Amino acid sequence: MSRTYLGMPGSHPAASRAPFPEAAAASTQDAQLRGNLRHATHTIRAKRAKAVAELDDWGALRAAGAAIKDRTLRHLDHYLERLEESVTRAGGTVHWAVDAAEANRIVTRLVQDTGEREVVKVKSMATQEIGLNEALAEAGISAYETDLAELIVQLGDDLPSHILVPAIHRNRGEIRDIFRERMAAWGRPAPDGLGDEPRELAEAARLHLREKFLSAKVGISGANFMVADTGTLVVVESEGNGRMCLTLPETLISVVGIEKIVPTWQDLEVFLQLLPRSSTAERMNPYTSTWTGTADGDGPRDFHLVLLDNGRTDTLADRVGRQALRCIRCSACLNVCPVYERAGGHAYGSAYPGPIGAILTPQLRGVGGSLEASLPYASSLCGACYEVCPVAIDIPEVLIHLRERVVEGGEVTLRGSKAVIKPAKGHAAERAAMRAARWALDHPGALRGGQRLAARTRRFHPKRLPGPGRAWTDTRELPEVPAESFRDWWARTRGERGEK
Amino acid sequence: MRVALFVTCVNDTLYPHTGQAVVALLERLGVEVDFPPAQTCCGQPQFNTGYRHETEPLVRRYAAAFREYDYVVTPSGSCAAMVRDNYPRIGAKASAEGRGEELTEAAASAVPKTYELTEFLLDVLGVTDVGAYYPHTVTYHPTCHGLRMLGLGDRPRRLLEHVRGIELRELAGADECCGFGGTFAVKNAAVSAAMGADKARAIADTGAETICAVDNSCLMHIGGTLARQGAAARPVHIAEILAATEDAPPSAARAAVEGSPR
Repeated sequence: MSRTYLGMPGSHPAASRAPFPEAAAASTQDAQLRGNLRHATHTIRAKRAKAVAELDDWGALRAAGAAIKDRTLRHLDHYLERLEESVTRAGGTVHWAVDAAEANRIVTRLVQDTGEREVVKVKSMATQEIGLNEALAEAGISAYETDLAELIVQLGDDLPSHILVPAIHRNRGEIRDIFRERMAAWGRPAPDGLGDEPRELAEAARLHLREKFLSAKVGISGANFMVADTGTLVVVESEGNGRMCLTLPETLISVVGIEKIVPTWQDLEVFLQLLPRSSTAERMNPYTSTWTGTADGDGPRDFHLVLLDNGRTDTLADRVGRQALRCIRCSACLNVCPVYERAGGHAYGSAYPGPIGAILTPQLRGVGGSLEASLPYASSLCGACYEVCPVAIDIPEVLIHLRERVVEGGEVTLRGSKAVIKPAKGHAAERAAMRAARWALDHPGALRGGQRLAARTRRFHPKRLPGPGRAWTDTRELPEVPAESFRDWWARTRGERGEK
Repeated sequence: MRVALFVTCVNDTLYPHTGQAVVALLERLGVEVDFPPAQTCCGQPQFNTGYRHETEPLVRRYAAAFREYDYVVTPSGSCAAMVRDNYPRIGAKASAEGRGEELTEAAASAVPKTYELTEFLLDVLGVTDVGAYYPHTVTYHPTCHGLRMLGLGDRPRRLLEHVRGIELRELAGADECCGFGGTFAVKNAAVSAAMGADKARAIADTGAETICAVDNSCLMHIGGTLARQGAAARPVHIAEILAATEDAPPSAARAAVEGSPR
């Protein structure tokens, strides 16, 4: 295994930092990727619609989910302290990490304290966000992903491209090749003559992983929920690998974003209905594991909870943007998004692809980078994401809010303090055009003058535009300018009226 | 009932026939409609690109231009949604920035009177059969803002189903975005074009002569894509179909209202 840690949160040798349009322009040309994604997203999309339609109180559940998250976030400080007390009382140890670097330091030290050089991992978005595997590799610790799709991604030295189905961009032929070529370097090799039948591939992964589960002394997980009342962590999954990682090792370290709290088990009940139907289109997920601290003779002897901020408190300070923190990582928004379907997950340049990534990444990381500044524009604002979101995050509203932050700058919260940011670079011409348009549109006489000029010169309009206009005429004809605007037609046929 | 037409800047400048069709249709249904010339643009392109402050004068302008009317009818789902969903947000943000309630009041006056054309026909006038005649094959694309922000539901379809001579064809993946998205079409041209190509293919597969929608901006993208591909289907705004009659088919209607420009 040769990995270089670049010291950047969530970084990976293959991670794209290119602005979204550039990365997407390349991926839209990849016919294999387009085919894989179209098939996968349309299948899940249809199943989800069916699973949701079964419940006649879905609207009420969705509203309850949003309300519970909003109330919890409003009193987050209170619930975090309550959680810390509950976890500590149950025999766990709570650590607070303000950012990715601190979280990685804490986890690395905890693993080093055990004297182990290998850890098994439950699929976790938070540890991808902070680039934990890369940080552990830097310290000479090997982290083995045990979720089937994460294993495919890890063996292929690749990046996840979907929240729920990290290897959605791979088809089974590609997966067989990755297993054949790469498994031996990581542990038990792929069986001879491995084919591309899903059952064969799953069995190869099972044999390969079983070795890791039985030898590992340290497990690392995230969590879907944390119940503040009892200090209980919850992981929902389909494969059972998570439960192996959560129960077999002697030490369990869970890295969880601070927004994952629910106050009580009663609150949890709402989300255990919303999440499986929205993500895998199941009434209930196959495995729901819960654990509370440690118990003698059962499961890990040591339990550490690393509570991760990494931009969440700053996001919470924003009245419009904070709704992104309701997210339960179901990925329903990815599966309905026409942009995600064509651009693929890697173009979003973070652990969080799709519409939710387009509003989460620029908030967690800020809009200073060119990738982050481009993400709020990675949407046609079609609203399909908001329609399916089980916690009613109005993603289009947040996208527009963040576009404003990109082009106008203004007040934001950075690491807990108010700061004023400047407008992003590269929008000067657009800003000038918008101002000019606003002036013309606030002066109907000027608008009419422009229309008349366009009408008079219409025979000379080019079919293909130069400069930025090429982006339109490369694939579409321009509309023809009519001989007379509606405004002039009305004035001519119905009589001129007073105009300010 | 004082009714004003908000024609929208796109229709005013590029698709005057759509505005003329709305006038012809409403007058045929006995509604006297006015066009206050102080109107310009709802501000959607600016707002959706992030220029909220550049949008504010247009919110004031819209409210003032239509102050004395009971109803504002617009042949655009997307512009109606801009007024109804975003004007109150613009007001709330200005108020939160300590700039008073003026924009909130402007929004409050604009929102309840603004109707997309098919909403006005069904919800206010209570008609589904507008007496139209359009002897062509038509497929209908529900545009995103009409479908999901306004919740137009089956209103446009119900109106089309009552048009005599029409043959409606089902569009596969109808509720998927065409890829226009305003400045998205040029900022993310590759993805927009890929979405447009898929929509164009679905339209061509219906074999319909006409692709119809409640928004000319989406139709500009769809029609431009179809034309570049040399496809036969042509875009027509729903107002032009509903305005067409035996006596005044769309082309004749256009010639009649157009007259000879100066």
